[in-house]
Amino acid sequence: MSDTLVDFDEVLTRYEPVIGLETHVELGTASKMFCGCSTTFGAEPNTQTCPVCLGLPGSLPVVNADAIESTIRIGLALGCRIASWSRFARKNYFYPDIPKGFQTSQYDEPLCTAGHLDVELDGETYRVEIERVHIEEDTGKNLHVGGATGRIHGADHSLVDYNRAGIPLVEIVTRPIPGAGAKAPEVARAYVTELREILLALGVSEVRMEQGNLRSDVNTSLAPIGSLEWGTRTETKNVNSLRSVERSVRFEMRRQAAVLDAGERVVQETRHFHEDTGSTSSGRSKEEATDYRYFPEPDLVPIAPDEEWIDELRAALPELPAARRIRLREEWGLSDTEMAWLVNAGAVELVSDTVAAGASPADARKWWLGELARRANDAGTELSQLAVTPAQVAELIGLVAAGTVNDQLARQALDGVLAGEGDPAAVVESRGLAVMGDSDELVAAVEAAIEGNPDVADKVRGGKVQAIGALVGAVMKTTRGKADAGTVKRMLEERLVSE
Amino acid sequence: MTDVTNSSAADLSTALQAGELSSVEVTRAYLDRIAADDDTIGAYLHVDADAALKAAEDIDAARAKGAELGPLAGVPLALKDVVVTEGVPTTSGSKILEGWRPPYDATLAARLKAAGTVLLGKTNMDEFAMGSSTENSAYKVTRNPWDTDRIPGGSSGGSSAAVAAGLAPWAIGTDTGGSIRQPAAVTGLVGHKPTYGSVSRYGLIAFSSSLDQAGPMTRTVLDAALLHEAIAGHDPLDSTSIDSPVPVLAECARRGAEGDLSGLKVGVVTELGGDGHSEGYDPGVLARVAEAVALLESMGAEVRQVSCPAFDLALPAYYLIAPSEASSNLARFDGVRFGLRVGEDGSRDLDEVMALTREQGFGPEVKRRIILGTYALSSGYYEAYYGQAQKVRTLITRDFTTAWDEVDVLVSPTSPTVAWNIGDRVDDPVAMYAADLCTLPASLAGVPAISVPCGLSDGLPVGFQIMAPALADDRCYRVAAALEAAQDAARGHVLLAGIAPKENSPS
Repeated sequence: MSDTLVDFDEVLTRYEPVIGLETHVELGTASKMFCGCSTTFGAEPNTQTCPVCLGLPGSLPVVNADAIESTIRIGLALGCRIASWSRFARKNYFYPDIPKGFQTSQYDEPLCTAGHLDVELDGETYRVEIERVHIEEDTGKNLHVGGATGRIHGADHSLVDYNRAGIPLVEIVTRPIPGAGAKAPEVARAYVTELREILLALGVSEVRMEQGNLRSDVNTSLAPIGSLEWGTRTETKNVNSLRSVERSVRFEMRRQAAVLDAGERVVQETRHFHEDTGSTSSGRSKEEATDYRYFPEPDLVPIAPDEEWIDELRAALPELPAARRIRLREEWGLSDTEMAWLVNAGAVELVSDTVAAGASPADARKWWLGELARRANDAGTELSQLAVTPAQVAELIGLVAAGTVNDQLARQALDGVLAGEGDPAAVVESRGLAVMGDSDELVAAVEAAIEGNPDVADKVRGGKVQAIGALVGAVMKTTRGKADAGTVKRMLEERLVSE
Repeated sequence: MTDVTNSSAADLSTALQAGELSSVEVTRAYLDRIAADDDTIGAYLHVDADAALKAAEDIDAARAKGAELGPLAGVPLALKDVVVTEGVPTTSGSKILEGWRPPYDATLAARLKAAGTVLLGKTNMDEFAMGSSTENSAYKVTRNPWDTDRIPGGSSGGSSAAVAAGLAPWAIGTDTGGSIRQPAAVTGLVGHKPTYGSVSRYGLIAFSSSLDQAGPMTRTVLDAALLHEAIAGHDPLDSTSIDSPVPVLAECARRGAEGDLSGLKVGVVTELGGDGHSEGYDPGVLARVAEAVALLESMGAEVRQVSCPAFDLALPAYYLIAPSEASSNLARFDGVRFGLRVGEDGSRDLDEVMALTREQGFGPEVKRRIILGTYALSSGYYEAYYGQAQKVRTLITRDFTTAWDEVDVLVSPTSPTVAWNIGDRVDDPVAMYAADLCTLPASLAGVPAISVPCGLSDGLPVGFQIMAPALADDRCYRVAAALEAAQDAARGHVLLAGIAPKENSPS
């Protein structure tokens, strides 16, 4: 059954959206939250486990101090208040992927509270209030075998991999975000994007969304315009790409509008997002949800970070993305809009690294937003996923600047780099892409062009200098683009115009 | 030394170190006794004679080579089946763990192994340590060696029966609300619940995490001190483990036995069997306790009555906190990763398999407490039940703190009654719970408490409880040793020697 949807622009004529996000981030600590097991991604199932993360009888948790430090640093970067006394709590429910029958999490005494994150979108700043940042443990992973889709329905049996169980997970919860109107889907995306940048700058997580390092639960509700009360929200679970965050909000707004238009009520429930169709479908209803029976974890002592340590951590925070962007924009001499393009393309770090490798800011920006953006788009991937490093891009730019290759040859060199043939200079060498100098071969090609096109040569001689382009083209054709057009033009002029 | 199985562990240790006995001889003596008597007593769930003898041989060989061995090396020992032992079946008295062979050792098991003790076997217990008679074991009934129609106490009833019957020189028990002290009391043993956090809980199958502590169950106070020293000390694997040096206890026990208690201030807790609070207490128990108090006074102690009003609320508070934590601790027994799995015939989904496993794997008392705890933690009831119980816990701790301004130790009966007949209380959980009345306050406050024998009532042992401030376990040992020495001297023999003619005959 497919949902009735209202046209997006029409939604906004009658309703005001409110969004909210709960984002889970797997920390990049070497060991798990409560035991010494490795956190390396992609190991053989159940090889990174021990009595503690398997929840064997008698085992007890011990808190990973690095994870606490990372959580506090995230809190500080988001301007949060850091609790002087914080406790873990047990969230009790049965599921095979939680080994102990409860998840060790935080409930009413989180480590960080009351922060904010400013999100810039089309020249406007949206302040997203952060309600809390807390630390918990990740679950294992269920693998459903025998079904058509890998989903539990229709599966013969299920396997559980506990390698992920117990990996430190930070949950960052926003307060409801009203007032974004038509921009709500983009604000949601921009928030996750900015949060991701901050986490990268802090170095606390690899934040690889495709590996599930960062997953967002996206809450959406609609209220009639002018209404004093907010509507009933739905929670779209585990949305794991930036694009999907935006699409899920957009879809829910359109779906909920149709529900409300029909005079029905929105059911408070969790929903699943489907990448293929961009739609959401009903999950478990919150109204019949489990009572988690939270209570303070008696196996762990409270965390009481001292003021001095927090001050040290605050002082040692790296430059955060927003400040960094302002600085780079000024250093690179860009306008706000130009900088915004770079940000939206996810190219700030790439350009910065390319500049650091010796390229000029203008060239670096041109390459990443131009040719490379086109390649990424063609391949349906992100810029950062392209098989070319900022250092290689800088090298390529250097080869163009030195006249070793022209732009067209440089693009061919890039083909080679992306195909894994090596660094740009090596590709130029192996593919024979270097521009021809003032060589005998080029002189011969110029002579051949004049002899082959006597009419054109006469026109040039007769003063129609602009006709020289056809001769340049002929030379470029014989040299298969390896000649430098400027050099060719100069040589032709020397031969024809000076006579 | 010929009467091996009627010896204290300290005497065995001395004889082993002097080369008068080999560990194999000692171990074999206990294994013989187990073979002869455990069908009647039912103390053990698991005995591996071959493994025990092999361990004993290894110790003897090491000693023969002149290896440096600790004082406990070669002394046999029994562990309550709640203690996780690598490769050795561990059930916590439950069918849900039948056949489980753990892949790791509890910290205390590892320490005892490293000290060279020889594991005789794992002892019976109330399922998941929930009970006061060991009748809640899913496996068998354990009988009190003083009268085999009677219960050996619980939940560490297998350990108490084993030591009292001479089937082990000493044993480890665990105590959540009295499960070391009450069985020790009703079988004539010494049992000590250490300060919460002073013995690692890593590898003890959790009942109630904020209350559970392991401790010694022994024939003498000195033995208890020696065994306690061997298992105490900080453990980085237990976050609630206190990072302080291993206490000096055996020395305190030896000094205490000299009988000088001058300067010691003893408080007799009014709410635990005192005036206006004696309902439900055996008169014989109160008489023995009064005599013990008089004995302490005769050794120089200054005795006064101390009122701890919040102790009256200990029982209801305990029966909310412990089941609440248990309901969560026992959630991991779901049939997914270890132990019993019921209904896996392909026709049932996960929820049904989990439910069937728990339905068939847990006994009635365990289910009762899971339901109680689940209810107490439920949204909307949490504050009224769990929250209130935690406040009572604070009040009880305050009563102790106030008392420590006045006295050095608090004393009371360990249990209101002597051992009752098997079956008497199985249909009356509240009567069963009342057995823990005197032991619960120390559990809730996390302070140390020892039970030491103080004579017989109707031919059955009575226990005397001595409670001390947190980390002052040494005071428990000092006072208990003084009392033990004075009573043994007056009696002319240790209390256990009176157990039964059969047990008494020289072998």
